[in-house]
Amino acid sequence: MPCGADEDSMGVSHHGEETPGIGLYVHWPFCVRKCPYCDFNSHVTARVDHERWRRALLGALDCEAARAPGRTLASVFFGGGTPSLMEPATVAAVLERALTHWSPAPTLEVTLEANPGTVDCDTFADFRAAGVNRLSLGVQALDDESLHRLDRIHDTAQAVAAIVAGQRIFPRVSFDLIYARPDQTLASWRRELEQALALAPEHLSLYQLTIEAGSALRAWRLPDEDTATDLYHLTQDMTAAAGLPAYEIANHARAGAECRHHLISWQGGEFVGIGPGAHGRVTDVSGAFLATCQHRSPKTWLARGERGDYGTSSAVSSWERVEEILLMGLRLTAGIARPLFQTLTGRTLEAVLDPSAVECLKGYLVLDEAGLRTTRDGRLVLNEILRQLHTK
Amino acid sequence: MTDLSHIRNFAIIAHIDHGKSTLADRLIQRCGNLEEREMKEQVLDSMEIERERGITIKAQTVRLRYTAKNGRSYQFNLMDTPGHVDFAYEVSRSLAACEGSLLVVDAAQGVEAQTLANVYHALEAGHEIVPVLNKIDLPAAEPERVRQQIEEVIGLDAGQALLISAKTGLGIEEVLESLVDRLPPPAGDANAPLKALLVDSWYDAYLGVIILVRIKDGVLKKGQRIRMMVTEAVHQVERIGYFTPKRIECAELTPGEVGYITAGIKAVADCRVGDTLTDERAPADTPLPGFKPHVPVVFCGLFPVDTSEYPLLRDSLDKLALNDGSFSYLPETSAALGFGFRCGFLGLLHMEIIQERLEREFTLDLITTAPSVVYRVHMTDGRTQELHNPVDMPDPTRIDHIEEPWVRATILVPDSSLGAVLALCTERRGQQSELTYAGSRALVVYRLPLNEIVFDFHDRLKSVSRGYASFDYEIADYAVSDLVRISILVNGEPVDALSFITHRGAAEGRGRQICERLKDLIPRHLFKIPIQASIGGRVIARETIPALRKDVTAKCYGGDITRKRKLLDKQKEGKKKMRQFGKVDIPQSAFIKALRLGDE
Ligand SMILES: Nc1nc2c(ncn2[C@@H]2O[C@H](COP(=O)(O)OP(=O)(O)OP(=O)(O)O)[C@@H](O)[C@H]2O)c(=O)[nH]1
Ligand SMILES: C[S@@+](CC[C@H](N)C(=O)[O-])C[C@H]1O[C@@H](n2cnc3c(N)ncnc32)[C@H](O)[C@@H]1O
Ligand code: SF4
Ligand SMILES: [Mg+2]
Repeated sequence: MPCGADEDSMGVSHHGEETPGIGLYVHWPFCVRKCPYCDFNSHVTARVDHERWRRALLGALDCEAARAPGRTLASVFFGGGTPSLMEPATVAAVLERALTHWSPAPTLEVTLEANPGTVDCDTFADFRAAGVNRLSLGVQALDDESLHRLDRIHDTAQAVAAIVAGQRIFPRVSFDLIYARPDQTLASWRRELEQALALAPEHLSLYQLTIEAGSALRAWRLPDEDTATDLYHLTQDMTAAAGLPAYEIANHARAGAECRHHLISWQGGEFVGIGPGAHGRVTDVSGAFLATCQHRSPKTWLARGERGDYGTSSAVSSWERVEEILLMGLRLTAGIARPLFQTLTGRTLEAVLDPSAVECLKGYLVLDEAGLRTTRDGRLVLNEILRQLHTK
Repeated sequence: MTDLSHIRNFAIIAHIDHGKSTLADRLIQRCGNLEEREMKEQVLDSMEIERERGITIKAQTVRLRYTAKNGRSYQFNLMDTPGHVDFAYEVSRSLAACEGSLLVVDAAQGVEAQTLANVYHALEAGHEIVPVLNKIDLPAAEPERVRQQIEEVIGLDAGQALLISAKTGLGIEEVLESLVDRLPPPAGDANAPLKALLVDSWYDAYLGVIILVRIKDGVLKKGQRIRMMVTEAVHQVERIGYFTPKRIECAELTPGEVGYITAGIKAVADCRVGDTLTDERAPADTPLPGFKPHVPVVFCGLFPVDTSEYPLLRDSLDKLALNDGSFSYLPETSAALGFGFRCGFLGLLHMEIIQERLEREFTLDLITTAPSVVYRVHMTDGRTQELHNPVDMPDPTRIDHIEEPWVRATILVPDSSLGAVLALCTERRGQQSELTYAGSRALVVYRLPLNEIVFDFHDRLKSVSRGYASFDYEIADYAVSDLVRISILVNGEPVDALSFITHRGAAEGRGRQICERLKDLIPRHLFKIPIQASIGGRVIARETIPALRKDVTAKCYGGDITRKRKLLDKQKEGKKKMRQFGKVDIPQSAFIKALRLGDE
């Protein structure tokens, strides 16, 4: 459904006063080279017309923001793809426009994902000047042979240099590593993770390598289930000991350094998504909770967007909403707090959960005065928990 | 009224895939029954499963109008029959409704086991047989060799066998002329009391129950009150007509003709295939002989996945039984599966087809339990009981001995594969009764336990002979055997739907095989699951499904929510198709897959 900005509705808040604030996700779909394991909406293209893309992103922002006027902006996240390939002017323009729609939270977080092979101190300084205050680097491995195998465009030295430079220029820095890689052992991962922790990050995203069905990489010999399990537990122990415990299945942070942007979606909050394939979740001016989705192909998104049609939206039923809250909230170590669940759904946890299913999942799932959450073992089998948690 | 001398009724019979339905296509086309755009390959195979599998399951009747070289116009009633041994019942019904047969033999493959079997059935029915050598367009066709085979193996004069290609249409004129010249017209008396054979019946969503009849004597008219001589049901004829294969209404059916009626029949039980229809006020005194019943030889339980669908399953079975008199069904309850039916079939393909038709035509989801043959249990107190269900096996201390059914199997095999086929028969506890040669092929007759052939024998035979052997069988007798029941325990609980009876010599191997299969078929759970096969409490095989340790999506952010929710919904949907045994979920498909014989 194409949307047109509705000026009259702007500024009218249908939301309570103490809302946690809305998030804005901006998708930049281009990369220097496509990594073989990557399943994201990322593309390689010879030339990008930055002027056109800037205009289109601003158009999409106006459109989507009109659905949710009057909110406080808690976070902006430039993701990809490789958003470090954007012109800093585009980042600045999007931020400037966002602040015409929403008022900034005092703690406004502005994250940019970056590929170490695309940045240097100057680009960092430009992004910082454009308003970015948090950097998320795609390091993937601290081992040249692995980086080569993953067909990355950078080596370990470049990645470490980017981390160090980033920490000098941005107030907050996180980096990503991919583990449970082919032939990886407990010992080699322990060494690598030690190195990573020695770089004194405030935040780390540690993902087990996932190869989608049908990928050419199906032939890669990934560690078996037992090894992957052991690697996971080792990761939990080491990060906790280093003061960066897991606050989500793959995310670790010092207290207070959690990624605010992702917390919004894990806690069932509102976020607007713009750019090819970006998704959003907002309560619109009529009070309906919407799932929005922008056209996935960059070409289509740009061409249709210029005619005012950026994507589609559909209502999320109250039952689907409950499922989504469980699906996301149980990823968090803290789980789903009772008051939050009540606010979001208007119901109690007991009203939606089948007590016998909860009982069967003892040891994996805890339901108490605080709320509903998974145990460490539970988080490792979250998909099975979700399948068994029949909701009413 | 059609002059009897201008009617020819014939069945097209052959081994599977020799081209019966394709020949029917050409005859239909030549007689102008269908427009070019309505024509498609094997047009009479109208069921979805028939088209998908490329085989005929139901016999079909069409009326053709043909003007012969002699200038006269003839009415043909053509019956296309299935070739697979499991559907022999369809063939025998068709044979009873006509006077002649077109015997189709693939000129490249030659005489096969069902060629033989069907010829004998046609001869028994007193048919005139016209042999036709089909597929002569194929480079591998050897019409002369096959002509000789027909004479040597079957003992039928093949001197006048027609050479045709049902695919290209070559020789179709000759087929039509020979139907006129070589087949006898039907006999019958229009003035005698009505006698019509109930050949087939089925349920139509718009018209209700439709009955296919062959008129022997008398005339059947719209509005007439008729009586079924066996069930004694009385009805009034509403519609009357025939198929071309399009449904055409007409005023009456006269002796020798084949056609359909509807008569507001509601009770499925009123309609028994093989029954005789007569006029209520002027009835005939004796019914027609009907059909030799075909007794189901393979039994299994059918249970709805969703227990609330039991009534739907019952109605669906009633409707399907109308269309297929060769399967039986009786209510059954299972500790684990709830209410269902114990059903009997003519073979494993028959069982698969019925299950699939129930699922498609009536949108049911079914669990099929282990197929079993019928054992005769002789008790120590002198009583005998027929065992259709392994679960009902009495306590071994009360059993004196058990008998199992044996068959007489006829196998045709080229010389080169004879050794492998004999070895297979021996492995299956077979006893050789005959071995003769016809040209370069051997005709072997074996006595074999039904239990050993009904499940996978055909596949094995095909594979050891590289596709060249064919076989046919008929039930022979019962004989004493050393049989045991194997129970399967999942997580310590017996799953009755998986228990089966087997010869003691094969017990351990089968038990191990099933445990291994279940290990792959049952998804991992949060705890480890032992799977055991046991005979009377003694464990003979064991496997363990390890506990699920890790199943989680590594990355999941705002953009992934919709996809993850939909995936979860799909998985939950899949979980609904599982049955709970204690704490373990077993997928519905695991039952049939675990018990399927042979090595996959
Ligand atoms: N080359 C060639 N192929 C033929 C000819 N007649 C039939 N076929 C092919 O043989 C296959 C089987 O033909 P059907 O007509 O379905 O055989 P059928 O005897 O009705 O088979 P069942 O009903 O399953 O027993 C199909 O692939 C046909 O296209 C022919 O004259 N020449
Ligand atoms: C959308 S990428 C953005 C970062 C940037 N494009 C880069 O690769 O440098 C986010 C992160 O997802 C992780 N990731 C991508 N593909 C993955 C896979 N197949 N399995 C596990 N993690 C993956 C990588 O750690 C990557 O940094
Ligand atoms: S750079 Fe990042 S987004 Fe681009 S292809 Fe590689 S992993 Fe995917
Ligand atoms: Mg056919």
